[in-house]
Amino acid sequence: MNPPAPKRRPRRILAVASGGGHWVQLLRLLPAFEGQRVIFVSVDPAYRLDVEGHEFHTVTDATRWNKLRLLKMAAEVLLLVLRVRPHVVISTGAAPGYFALRFGKLLGARTVWLDSIANIEQLSLAGQRVRPHADLWLTQWPHLATPDGPRYLGAVL
Amino acid sequence: MAFDRLVRAVDAWAGQRRRSDVFAQIGPSRYRPQHAAWARFLDPPEFRARAAAARVIVAHAGMGSILTALTLGKPILVMPRRGDLRETRNDHQVATARRFAELGRVAVAMNEDELAAALDRLDSLTAGEPIAPHADERLIAALRDFFASGQDMG
Repeated sequence: MNPPAPKRRPRRILAVASGGGHWVQLLRLLPAFEGQRVIFVSVDPAYRLDVEGHEFHTVTDATRWNKLRLLKMAAEVLLLVLRVRPHVVISTGAAPGYFALRFGKLLGARTVWLDSIANIEQLSLAGQRVRPHADLWLTQWPHLATPDGPRYLGAVL
Repeated sequence: MAFDRLVRAVDAWAGQRRRSDVFAQIGPSRYRPQHAAWARFLDPPEFRARAAAARVIVAHAGMGSILTALTLGKPILVMPRRGDLRETRNDHQVATARRFAELGRVAVAMNEDELAAALDRLDSLTAGEPIAPHADERLIAALRDFFASGQDMG
């Protein structure tokens, strides 16, 4: 008689996105999280309604053009990563995701960057900068993929 | 971010054509519509309800708006924000509008005149079948595999 198949423990996945299109694209990845424990992070408290039944946290909305807000947001992301201790960090951008991947990597998480489908002509700046910290470094346009990355493994649309 | 140019253009058209069926979610725009009904912000369920009830969605060329319209099977007419008008950081929305128009997914108006003309031809704006609410299978499978690998047993 065969032994029963080993059970897999759910991994803690920190899924991070800024507002608007970044968030909408992250939601389209939901089936990939099945069986795992996913903790969502974004910049608008109203988005909690999109992920009922899952943990959801808000961080300050910040871009690289306001250094003080960026610093505040980075600190909030760091605290979250320290509290959650994710096994995996995934982001569709932008700045909050960049910091989540960097801090997550420092704590030993495996990381995924999926550059926004809105970046058609070139990878986003955060997407370029996050390269050393992303285990899976992805673009959603085949013409942006190169043998050295980013890779194209499909798109949200 | 505000996009007064779009709000003004749609509101002007609503006034000229005496439409009483226009609703605008205007965000932080300084311009307040005179003819369209409006609100600054809608939470996700409110937004989806309004979008589902609409004949056409008119928006900036943002992926959030475009993906929402496509999942609801609604025609979407976009006017891209422009970097030179400081409506956004660069011209990526122009690229998005062009590419998604080429893919047959959106109608595009590059300026206010084109927007009014497209709205006058409202009835000819169509949408394809609603797209699935999720990313393509290849990407989902790749991510599932990534999450599962390195997973400990027991």
